[in-house]
Amino acid sequence: MSEPQTTTVEVNGFPCRVWTKGSGPKLGFLAGFGGLPRWVPFLDALAKSRTVIVPSLPGYPGGAQGHTALDTHLDWLLAVRQIVEKAGLAGADLVGASVGGSFAAEMAAIFPGHVAKLALIAPFGLFDEAEPAADPWAQRKDNVPALMCADPKQWEALVAPPEGANSIEWPIEMTRAAEAAARAFWPLGNTKLEKRLPLIEAPTLVLWGEADRVLPPSYAKKVASGINGSTRIQTIPNAGHLAYLDQPDAVAKAVLSHFG
Amino acid sequence: MKLMWFHLMPYTELPDDFNKKHPSVWVDIHSSLFDPRRAHHMYNDFMDELEYAAECGFDAICVNEHHSNGYGLMPSPNLIASSLARRTTDTALCVMGNSLALYNPPTRVAEEFAMIDCISGGRLIAGFPVGSPMDTCYAYGQNPSLLRERYYEAHDLVKRAWTEKDTFAFSGRFNQQRYVNIWPRPIQNDPHPPIWIPGGGSIETWRWCAEMDYVYCYLSYYGYKAGLTTMNGFWNEMAKLGKDRNPYRAGFLQFVGVAESRQQALDLYSEPAEYFYGRCLHVDARFALPPGYTTEATQRAGIEGMMTKAANLANPATKAALKATNMKDIVDGGYVIIGSPDEVIEQIRHVGTSLNVGHLMLLLQYGNMSKQTTQYNTRMFAEKVMPHVKDLFSDWEDKWWPKPMAKGQRAAVPAFRPQTVAAE
Repeated sequence: MSEPQTTTVEVNGFPCRVWTKGSGPKLGFLAGFGGLPRWVPFLDALAKSRTVIVPSLPGYPGGAQGHTALDTHLDWLLAVRQIVEKAGLAGADLVGASVGGSFAAEMAAIFPGHVAKLALIAPFGLFDEAEPAADPWAQRKDNVPALMCADPKQWEALVAPPEGANSIEWPIEMTRAAEAAARAFWPLGNTKLEKRLPLIEAPTLVLWGEADRVLPPSYAKKVASGINGSTRIQTIPNAGHLAYLDQPDAVAKAVLSHFG
Repeated sequence: MKLMWFHLMPYTELPDDFNKKHPSVWVDIHSSLFDPRRAHHMYNDFMDELEYAAECGFDAICVNEHHSNGYGLMPSPNLIASSLARRTTDTALCVMGNSLALYNPPTRVAEEFAMIDCISGGRLIAGFPVGSPMDTCYAYGQNPSLLRERYYEAHDLVKRAWTEKDTFAFSGRFNQQRYVNIWPRPIQNDPHPPIWIPGGGSIETWRWCAEMDYVYCYLSYYGYKAGLTTMNGFWNEMAKLGKDRNPYRAGFLQFVGVAESRQQALDLYSEPAEYFYGRCLHVDARFALPPGYTTEATQRAGIEGMMTKAANLANPATKAALKATNMKDIVDGGYVIIGSPDEVIEQIRHVGTSLNVGHLMLLLQYGNMSKQTTQYNTRMFAEKVMPHVKDLFSDWEDKWWPKPMAKGQRAAVPAFRPQTVAAE
């Protein structure tokens, strides 16, 4: 696969990496837990028919230490809004997964002009005491791959240091991604997103890996039923929390068909 | 040298198969293991032991804060310290300490410490730990990515609450208070009670202690041999910053068991030591490292190997190398100093001089040690060891010790008299 074009936008004085690839109408992607330490096949599948624009979020790989400037949920939402705008994604279709999915939903709710159509892949933001989500920040290291993906190898491949990576900075960057998620979603992942879901008017596709071990697939209904606009739920077989790593083609196909 | 008597208050009746049946002594330890009627006796025994240590002439008695923890039954050390303030007269009260970021608003700490200082006539040492990951991030749900910033801000607020004369508004990043004006105020007001900082081995903490002129305390459970790297790192940093080697800048925790002979000490203290290092430190690794708790600078230093030990030692759950749970290894590793009075004297002098530590915090009760054995250990140490180690560092001034009211000015606390039935 060919390399994406890399540019940088600045938010709160910190750089955020923006990847762009493909042609056709713009489509944005906000990645899930762990961010994107490398380009992944899912993005190529989208880039076949769309211009895929992938900004990093603060603190995630490519997002430097931008999270350190963000103390409150409002700080996070305004940072993501600026990133969406500066990456040229205002008004485009938006896909968000996991932690990025929560922010994608917030954008559609609070800045409705910024999101045309919306696709959410197992978004964070809700918590049900009767069916608690797993604690992604209290895991033995060797349990993380199987928590994130149905096929643990997919997670391992995502975070493995590429040849020539700095052996000191690489693991710190991976920890920073987990910290950035913690900073916004500790301790339960519950940002009271349900209060804002009714503001979403964009047609929304809710995707969930049927083997999601972080957020129970039953949360799909809670998300979809809270949204005011038209919604559809689709379950992805043989996929875990980061379904776009487990089943890149199936997820891309579902997303592209929703966006039309 | 100051000899301080420290109690962790461990639950003493964890079952023999605890490690097999339960994943962790901390955070999610099961409630069925806690018998409040037994805890009634444990608390009273522990407080008897602290009071006994004061009677025996230790310079301070020390308590600390833990949450959801089977080896630390003091979610609020201030409650214990308040009672000790009434049942002791001259001993310093070292609360080691209150995890500042857990209090909302943090002025609660300024108030409660001021109360203890007033009740005790100015005997308080105010400890401000960040707190362990298990206590702060898991048991108390604090955000690991914001914990340190909250801690530093809370520290600034508490200090201002103690020292500013007029009501003031505090507009912080995390705390907003229109009217900060604590009543009561501490007796030690020149400028405030001594502040001590228990910490791991991070350079940032050492620098901060130096800048603020606070005592740095390394409270490891792994004794003087493992502590050497950290304390050397601390003193090297002090030298770089142009600070003197006054040993009273530092505190260190050490387990000790003393008896008439080495064999008798092994007979008495092996079971409680193995209980502590076996059951009490059985912490699930998943609660060891919430992301963001360890700063990137400390992570970097750890990965670079310069300070791997220092960075990891402070955290009982990350101890891959330090896993000894049988008495021979516990003693060989220096976790517990064991022996006859002469042997213990020699080792304590070695600990003091090799680590250059003027405040030695002694754990003479550990694990399931009974009150009787604890008091024996305490008495033996006070009578046969203390007189032969107290002279260490007599050339240095301890500028970080409480300055209580003069004895004649302090309230007389009447002896406790159990009430007889009124009708008689």
